[in-house]
Amino acid sequence: MSVVGEKLQPTLFERSRPGRGEGKIPHPPKDALDRIPAAARRTTPAALPELNEPEVVRHYVNLSHLNYAIDTGFYPLGSCTMKFNPKLNEWAARLPGFANLHPLAPDEIAQGSLQLLWELEQALVEISGMRAVTLQPAAGAQGELCGILMIRAYHRSRDDTGRDEVLVPDSSHGTNPATASMAGFKTITIPSAADGGVDLEKFRAALGPRTAAVMITNPSTLGLFEKRIGELLDEVHAAGALAYMDGANLNAILGRFKPGEAGFDVMHFNVHKTFSTPHGGGGPGAGPVGVGERLLPFLPAPRVLPSDDGRFRLERLDERPTSIGRLRSFVGNTGVLVRAYAYIRAHGGTGLRQVSDDAVLAANYLKKRVGEAYDIPFDRPCKHEFVASASGIKHRTGVRTLDIAKRLIDHGYHPPTIYFPLTVDEGMLIEPTETESVETLDAFADALIAIAREAETDPDLVKSAPHTAPVGRLDEATAARQPNLRWRPMAGADMPCPD
Amino acid sequence: MPYGPHTAGDRERMLAALGIASVDDLFADIPEALRASHLDLPEPEPELELAARLQRLAGRNRTDLASFLGAGVYRHWTPAAVDQILLRGEWYTAYTPYQPEISQGTLQSIYEYESLIAELVDLDVVSASHYDGAAATAEAGLMTCRATRRSRVLVSKAVHPHYRATLAAYFGGGLELDDIPLVADGEAAGTTDLAALERLLAEDGRPVAGVIAGQPNFLGLLEPMEEIGRLAHAAGALFVSVIEPVSLAVLAPPGAYGADIAAGEGQPLGIAPQYGGPYLGLLASTDALVRQIPGRLVGMTTDVNGKRAFVMTLRAREQDIRRDKAASNICTNQALLALAASVYLATIGPHGLRDVAAQGAARAARLETALAAAGAPRIHPGPYLNEFAVRVPDARAVHRRLIEQGVLAGLALADVLPDEPSLADALLVCATEVTTDDDIALFASALSAEIAAPLSGASR
Repeated sequence: MSVVGEKLQPTLFERSRPGRGEGKIPHPPKDALDRIPAAARRTTPAALPELNEPEVVRHYVNLSHLNYAIDTGFYPLGSCTMKFNPKLNEWAARLPGFANLHPLAPDEIAQGSLQLLWELEQALVEISGMRAVTLQPAAGAQGELCGILMIRAYHRSRDDTGRDEVLVPDSSHGTNPATASMAGFKTITIPSAADGGVDLEKFRAALGPRTAAVMITNPSTLGLFEKRIGELLDEVHAAGALAYMDGANLNAILGRFKPGEAGFDVMHFNVHKTFSTPHGGGGPGAGPVGVGERLLPFLPAPRVLPSDDGRFRLERLDERPTSIGRLRSFVGNTGVLVRAYAYIRAHGGTGLRQVSDDAVLAANYLKKRVGEAYDIPFDRPCKHEFVASASGIKHRTGVRTLDIAKRLIDHGYHPPTIYFPLTVDEGMLIEPTETESVETLDAFADALIAIAREAETDPDLVKSAPHTAPVGRLDEATAARQPNLRWRPMAGADMPCPD
Repeated sequence: MPYGPHTAGDRERMLAALGIASVDDLFADIPEALRASHLDLPEPEPELELAARLQRLAGRNRTDLASFLGAGVYRHWTPAAVDQILLRGEWYTAYTPYQPEISQGTLQSIYEYESLIAELVDLDVVSASHYDGAAATAEAGLMTCRATRRSRVLVSKAVHPHYRATLAAYFGGGLELDDIPLVADGEAAGTTDLAALERLLAEDGRPVAGVIAGQPNFLGLLEPMEEIGRLAHAAGALFVSVIEPVSLAVLAPPGAYGADIAAGEGQPLGIAPQYGGPYLGLLASTDALVRQIPGRLVGMTTDVNGKRAFVMTLRAREQDIRRDKAASNICTNQALLALAASVYLATIGPHGLRDVAAQGAARAARLETALAAAGAPRIHPGPYLNEFAVRVPDARAVHRRLIEQGVLAGLALADVLPDEPSLADALLVCATEVTTDDDIALFASALSAEIAAPLSGASR
């Protein structure tokens, strides 16, 4: 049986019949557009589909059945922290006072949201050990850009203009080097040491007067805490560079390690990972950024500021000329931040620490179980996630990690993250999170172990998986060679019929 | 633990399996000097109390005013179906569709989104979404530099000030950004100055990668887009149009006037204002720029059995594959908001969308008449769709006082464009299909009283 629905759907365009769909908006006066000059008018109407509401609803409900989701099953995607998305938070974000407030509403009518944002900033300050937090960035990658632009501004403010390099470990997220390039820096990649940590010798050799920043994910994308982090940060600062922490893996260290106190100068949070805001099929997220003393003057504008009378206001235009400016319109993804706020309030300080304790305990337990049948390249306590490898299985049977991932679908699970980080042969990065029960962890481990057995006894079964999903493996080569990115029927394809 | 499943027994069982006595052992690799002891945050709050707290905070925002505020974010009627669909867990609790076999729902919905927006903008390639209109515009600017291998972009001063500020921040890494001034007076006042644009394009040794202008522009005015595009292309530059999607039901689309790239804010397509987001960055381009466009793209293909299916494609542009050579660092996007826009467009339909745009225009015309009668005439003579600037003496103070009378009187332009003296006494106001005659009457009478007796207003 398939773990998702099996009925593929025609597109909106195939369902369309001219004349369907009416009754949402009163008809405007006939002359409403007469005052618009002909040259500015649209001459050919947009060929949007015409459907009635029941058809639209059925279309999207049936399409939704084709999706795997946290609400339908275990989602062990390493590096993504697919924890439960609390339902209260969806309710809260839709309260009319939050949902209907215009982003340019004067401060005096936005006190509820401003207070919430301020309190959220203060909570993130406490969690990170940073001096201050901006909530403006729309996602982790934009938070990274924010951090690197502040670092650039910091060096410029000191007339230290020769720093054009950013160091990143080879196990880093792709967003780190992409961000450095986007901000005009050259990326220097540092190889990992045999124990999975940063290779200190190679790191020292690369660090110098051209280094603007070092970007470190801690715990790393291998799920390992960087034991020499203190030493590493000292050397970064001694070289006149600043240290950026990619906070993607914060779920492992809440209440256990505060990056700001340890000496990081800047970090981003992924609220859609650590603080349970939904992933939405790819977004939205929010990527608040915390800074230490050195970067305080450069925070994006506007900041939320408390007044003496207990009220709050947004910083005025040009109030702080040292700011790097803005990375997006308005205040930030406030609707997402409402959810993060509710999550932090629901847990409190003790609950957040328990979140990390449970996430780390679950990951270590699952690592031990998965280790019954798979290679564990770094066999020391992990944090919230761990890497397993099918290297041995591939060597013996020809079955690859990709095949095992696809076979997991037949066993009822979303596959883990595979082939990331790139430094591990046939790697799979597994992150259970703290919201999965021990029964679920055991059942998942049993499935992985069963697949390892299948690889020995019936490798073709695994290599041709999935067998139960609504579609089999896709022809990605044709998709890239002859891109069809806009509705037009595809010759020769087996099309679904309307119901 | 509000959402955790583990009983004390479960934890003990896991610890026993690991052969350790305490979870502390799993954190032993954090250097002792760097270990945190606790988080100084409030106690956990039970759902009942937390719900009350959230309701109190939401209640401290005022959303009951008769609002004429637009300036990039617009109130519209959203069919009830949109949020019902969005609340399905299969949509909002799914991850990025990296496993296409069990993500066909999300993948098909993104393909349909790309197709719907392509129809609206009349361009062939639509990215699966960006953060918001500002970030999409900044990415469009960067795209023109990559595509032309030039490093200077011109942006009209009538593009949203937040978008221009975002462009400036994104361009901080060594690219140049120059403003195109506005026409100061006459019939074209408030629109992009074509003569100045020509001069900027002709500057020796400073070739231009892209020209960015908005339609309608930030002041609500219609720009001579075809002419701007012609000038840009004559200088070898690409032309970026910053659009508002509802208006495209009635205004010429970017593809029709030769734009190479369209960027804009998708919020009007069924997305609530939410005090800033999450919104939907629209980004589209011609086929010629398909390898330069940043962000995810979903294409149609077949599976091994010949069944039609959808998959993320042309991924060699993306950060997880190309790292420092990627077209952008974007990873997480705004997929759920792209879904909202698609459900909105599917539900409201092409005729409904045209009605939304035309209703806005009709109500804005009524608003113009009422405000002029109240003593606040339009500032610019040129054509507009549903947003315009009016002259109000002491606009900021009047705006503040009207809140007490239940009116959110648009935006005092001096707050966002302090360096435009002609806009010092101006309010930017808009109307949409949700603006009622009662709202307009309330605004006009309150404003009329303010203008007639400013002193008594000030002393209230």
